[in-house]
Amino acid sequence: MTADKKVLLRVENLKKHFPIMRGIFRRQVGAVKAVDGLTFDVYEGETLGMVGESGCGKSTAGRTILQLYPITDGSIHFEGRDLAALAPDELRKVRPRMQMIFQDPQACLNPRMTVGSIISEPLDEHSVVSGEKKRERVQELLKLVGLNPNHANRYPHEFSGGQRQRIGIARALALNPKFIVCDEPIAALDVSIQAQVVNLLEDLQAELGLTYLFISHDLSMIRHISDRVAVMYLGKIMELANSHDLYRDPLHPYTQALLSAVPVPDPNLEAKRERIILTGDVPSPANPPSGCVFHTRCPVAVEVCRQAIPEWRELRAEHWVSCHLAE
Amino acid sequence: MSSLDWSVNQPKALEVTGLETRFHTQDGTVHAVNGVSFELREGELLGVVGESGSGKSVTMMSLLQLIPIPPGKIAAGSAIFNGRDLIKMNSDEIRGVRGGQIGFIFQDPMTSLNPVLTIGYQLTESLRLHMGMTNEQAHQRAVELLQLVGIPMAESRLSDYPHQFSGGMRQRVMIAIALACSPQLLIADEPTTALDVTIQAQIVDLVKRLRQEIGMSIIWITHDLGVVAGIADRVLVMYGGQIVEEAPVKELYAGPQHPYTLGLLGSLPRLDSNRNDRLLNIEGQPPNLSSAPVSCSFAPRCAYAYDRCREENPQLKPISGEHKIACWWNVKKGEPRYDR
Repeated sequence: MTADKKVLLRVENLKKHFPIMRGIFRRQVGAVKAVDGLTFDVYEGETLGMVGESGCGKSTAGRTILQLYPITDGSIHFEGRDLAALAPDELRKVRPRMQMIFQDPQACLNPRMTVGSIISEPLDEHSVVSGEKKRERVQELLKLVGLNPNHANRYPHEFSGGQRQRIGIARALALNPKFIVCDEPIAALDVSIQAQVVNLLEDLQAELGLTYLFISHDLSMIRHISDRVAVMYLGKIMELANSHDLYRDPLHPYTQALLSAVPVPDPNLEAKRERIILTGDVPSPANPPSGCVFHTRCPVAVEVCRQAIPEWRELRAEHWVSCHLAE
Repeated sequence: MSSLDWSVNQPKALEVTGLETRFHTQDGTVHAVNGVSFELREGELLGVVGESGSGKSVTMMSLLQLIPIPPGKIAAGSAIFNGRDLIKMNSDEIRGVRGGQIGFIFQDPMTSLNPVLTIGYQLTESLRLHMGMTNEQAHQRAVELLQLVGIPMAESRLSDYPHQFSGGMRQRVMIAIALACSPQLLIADEPTTALDVTIQAQIVDLVKRLRQEIGMSIIWITHDLGVVAGIADRVLVMYGGQIVEEAPVKELYAGPQHPYTLGLLGSLPRLDSNRNDRLLNIEGQPPNLSSAPVSCSFAPRCAYAYDRCREENPQLKPISGEHKIACWWNVKKGEPRYDR
């Protein structure tokens, strides 16, 4: 990243709360605070990695940014326009510019549709091309993701997991998007296939100038693919920095623990490593802890962590952290 | 017993020879396990690594006759445990071994506990059955077990149901159940795959501690090469229902000799590597197991494959000491293995 980076997506204080309804009148008795105040920018052409444990709200964040859920509070500016304030038909015109790749390639493809019609559906929907042109575009897309263009008439079950994920990627690329949310795109794939898909995503980014929000729980893969990384915990970002700084010098106790828990495929190194073992489990987002949400599991928490919500501050250049104690 | 005390001279806890498992389905026969032989020494932790469909789980489940028969069939092989062949046992005999001398931890803690029975009931079941304990004794032991695996307020949690536990806690309960009768051998089938990294670290830590306290032999099945590096003494790498490489853990990671192992290690992004290195690709797809292997099953994806690989199936043979591979190619020298 150079100094003249351009902000493509600006997220400010984004909140997404899911109401909890009880009783015969379905009164709201509380809310699951899945995403609770995210603020970050995504620069054009970069990959922002979003990492966290299950239930930390990283997928909800991705979906909310694409307006798949109405937001509870905050704002999302994409290419300078506030998505939440757009009228439905205006929003529809922006949608082709931002796409999504889903986690489970088995579940995200309609088993009754051929691959050709799956990939051309966005083309139909946004009426860009038709007829012979459309067929050409489908073949072009299949070739782009490394599939045989003659397989457009096959059904998803005829493909393996890795190939199905490629179909999902081709569909996301159909409308020439600028920005793609990759929601755990490799979590359901085997190790040797994961590398294939990640390499493809990197090639496509270089070729088409794409911007990714890459959501994953795999810290090693996030480090590999991301320019900058945001670490989420219980609906909040704990730390945000460029990949190199975050992994070399993590400032937040949660990031430190998370990194120390990742196994490294090297027995000599593993024998020497000091692990920070976090006790307990992630608390419920319906009833998050007071003060810093991490204080219940934090090995270094002090009194102030239980009472005051830590400020989101830029401790080093381009290195943001939300912790009272980090310095 | 720490991992360093383990040695070649330990007596064998389990010896598996020529195991073959097939599934006869409507779409034809699936050759899931094709002649697997290995041994496990007392107190050793053996890691079994492979992708989905490599036959690692089916191998271990075959040992305990846990595969559905039919469509499954153990076509050949023996598994000597305590001087007796597990494969030849009838259902009453094997039931005495399962949960008694051999404990099994399944992958998914969400689905392998019965949701309508309390944790206490599921924990004491095998104690009453295998050890002939009274309800009073079993209850006492169950409390000890929950404490052993690090579940707080063990006494009161015995009357809770599985849904009242989190994922990590449920996996602890599963481990407690597997350990209930102090087994000599514990088989753990992807015990941390469904868990988050911080919880995975807790469970790995727990198993390391239990090994020191109890000193049992463990088979740890996983697809995660990182986890294996941290805990195993020796590692088996499986592909297409066969063992393709077997070596002590340090030797395997320092100098993998099978092209598949090389590819697998190369395709992993690592926290300690250069970030900008491109990941190594293993092109192609895992093998279709619809027929018994007559050639090397990795040959279609292998960068080093030559004529012999497509004609003959390599057998697992030692190359130096404890290190065995099933391959016709010498990766180090960059030439065929003429001595085979």
